Amino acid sequence: MDILKFLTAGSVDDGKSTLIGRLLYDSESILQDQLEALQASNRKNDDGTIDLAILTDGLKAEREQGITIDVAYKYFQTEKRKFIIADTPGHIQYTRNMVTGASNADLAIILIDARKGVIEQTIRHSYLVSLLALQHVVVAVNKMDMVDYSEEVFNNIVKDYQAMAAKLNLNEVSYIPVSALKGDNIVHESVNMIWYQGKSLLDHLETVPVAIDDSTDHARMPIQWIIRPQTEELHDYRGYAGRVASGSFKVNDAITVLPSGFSSTISKIEFFDQEPAEASAGMSVTVHLADEIDISRGDTLVNAKYLPTVSQLIEADLCWMDTKPMDASLTYLIQHNSKTTRCKISDVLHKVNINTLDKVSAESFNLNDIGRVVIKTADPLAFDLYQENKANGGAILIDSRTNLTVGALMFRANAD
Amino acid sequence: MSKNKLNYLDDLEAEAIYILREVAGQFEKPALLFSGGKDSITLVRLAEKAFRPGKFPFPLVHIDTGHNFPETISYRDEMVDRIGEKLIVGYVQDDIDAGRVIEQKGKNASRNSLQTVTLLNTIEKHKFDACIGGARRDEEKARAKERIFSVRDEFGQWDPKRQRPELWNLYNGKIHKGENVRVFPISNWTELDVWNYIRRENIALPSIYFAHQRDVITRNGQLMAAAKALNMDSEDVIERRNVRFRTVGDMTCTAAVESDAFEIDDIINEISESKISERGARMDDKVSEAAMEDRKKGGYF
Ligand SMILES: Nc1nc2c(ncn2[C@@H]2O[C@H](COP(=O)(O)OP(=O)(O)O)[C@@H](O)[C@H]2O)c(=O)[nH]1
Repeated sequence: MDILKFLTAGSVDDGKSTLIGRLLYDSESILQDQLEALQASNRKNDDGTIDLAILTDGLKAEREQGITIDVAYKYFQTEKRKFIIADTPGHIQYTRNMVTGASNADLAIILIDARKGVIEQTIRHSYLVSLLALQHVVVAVNKMDMVDYSEEVFNNIVKDYQAMAAKLNLNEVSYIPVSALKGDNIVHESVNMIWYQGKSLLDHLETVPVAIDDSTDHARMPIQWIIRPQTEELHDYRGYAGRVASGSFKVNDAITVLPSGFSSTISKIEFFDQEPAEASAGMSVTVHLADEIDISRGDTLVNAKYLPTVSQLIEADLCWMDTKPMDASLTYLIQHNSKTTRCKISDVLHKVNINTLDKVSAESFNLNDIGRVVIKTADPLAFDLYQENKANGGAILIDSRTNLTVGALMFRANAD
Repeated sequence: MSKNKLNYLDDLEAEAIYILREVAGQFEKPALLFSGGKDSITLVRLAEKAFRPGKFPFPLVHIDTGHNFPETISYRDEMVDRIGEKLIVGYVQDDIDAGRVIEQKGKNASRNSLQTVTLLNTIEKHKFDACIGGARRDEEKARAKERIFSVRDEFGQWDPKRQRPELWNLYNGKIHKGENVRVFPISNWTELDVWNYIRRENIALPSIYFAHQRDVITRNGQLMAAAKALNMDSEDVIERRNVRFRTVGDMTCTAAVESDAFEIDDIINEISESKISERGARMDDKVSEAAMEDRKKGGYF
């Protein structure tokens, strides 16, 4: 059993909360005391059924109080999979929230109100999903009960969406007609839409394959910590601790340490009381090298045959996340895996109007702005392009005056 | 050239180890808050996996209310002996004696809220800049939106209006002097995940987690251990029942549930049948819906 992380995106009142509530309720993922609280609540739907949106309600209250809640996480599990839902509320800061939620998700559910079809917000949500390079997209056409469960309405929306998806390079898209309120095709297959041959939403979520990239060409392990017991019997012990970000390392692999460029071979891989022959993406291990070389936190181990780019000048997409606008005269901190160094935004190439996807010229970025910039870093970074290897292609910007995380960067090209 | 993701427990474990190593790498003086409960016991095992054969780059810190279950304290001492790591204990009694806090009176008196003060004093005294805790997001609504690295100001307060976005697995641990960060490596674990992990790793737990015979009284509709700390009087009827505890907090605020779960497998079955969520068994949360949020803003774990 593995974990699928997904997020839901939709405009206000498309039925996001109802959909999540329905998913939890029908998959029997609600605990007894939560259920009692739900039943005790006096909020009911028009037909007297429980308002399932209450399950994600904490967030609505906060929205009203103006609290910055970018993502709330929900957990549920079926016999096939464990799920982590990133629920991203907040409308003013929607971009920031959705980018945060999407950065950790394998899949996005994009909600469309069957009565409205593909609207401006749908374009925006889909753009963000493609920007963050999510593996899978599910378009859930909701409120089918309000369009008489019409196959034609559904097909037209699918056609419209496909046209847009092609422009955004979204390839793995599935389409499901649902009614979150009535429960059609959420967990149980719908009896009202026998024309639909596909899976219910939960069935899809349970079976969609989430692959990890464990090719040797993307073998990357950022060093987090060096284990040196310095006891008598372990006098020469020196283990490099980290989590394999992508790809796979094996004992006897030739490796290079970046940015220094020193080379060695892996002599041993340790995991507590085990010595695995291989460490692949996602594993936290301790690596030993045949040679004594100078390595510290912030360095990256890579397969010697497949080096990432090492550069101090990087073209990147930037999503601005702070209420203070970006200031090109400032020096920011950039955190890329275990490496933190200073940087400047040396050039702003364009901003994107995320409702029309037009590129517009710009000098600065305000909260929720997205666009292309060139970053100049104090120390070189060993990175991959985000679209090719997410795990080594993203970074955050930190304002050293406030220490807040102010920007998300997706590396797109070496600008050197 | 791709294969499936790690098994979910391996995945959660690897993530937690990664987070612990980030703490080691990013902070000068971290600490691991050890409550004696199953979540912090799990953290200790994860720390062993993250740092052995080296020492932990942090001490364990326990806030002792003086009303802990004796089983928890003896478990703690045996464990510290076994792993050979440093333990720092902050005593709520010391703050009471020094007049820094005033003990509640009456039947429902609890030292639970006082431990926040002792915790903050302990953090200040040792100048800890990061405190690792075993909170999980599935425990309670207010925790669902908690960050993995959560910044607290000098007064231990959590400001929900200034939370930092957490992107990918990049945790921003930059803080100003006087601030500290609470770090939650098992944020993404559910109660069931923790139990499954404990079973898989064969981790010993304090005996109160398992069904046993105990004298209990009923307070506010919940079963409580019949202990001196509960200020019992003639109205309290002591009964002997088969119970276990789902959390090991202070005796004054940790309710027992009737149970025949003598073995870990029984417990896992009991939870899988999902009767009542874990925090449903803690009286301090019942006080108000927003209780957790308020305590968090005030510096509680
Ligand atoms: N008829 C119908 N109403 C729905 C459906 N899903 C949600 N709603 C209603 O739409 C309104 C907004 O839903 P909510 O889940 O709160 O939307 P959110 O703002 O996206 O979280 C509520 O009144 C829901 O009852 C559906 O499938 N059919």
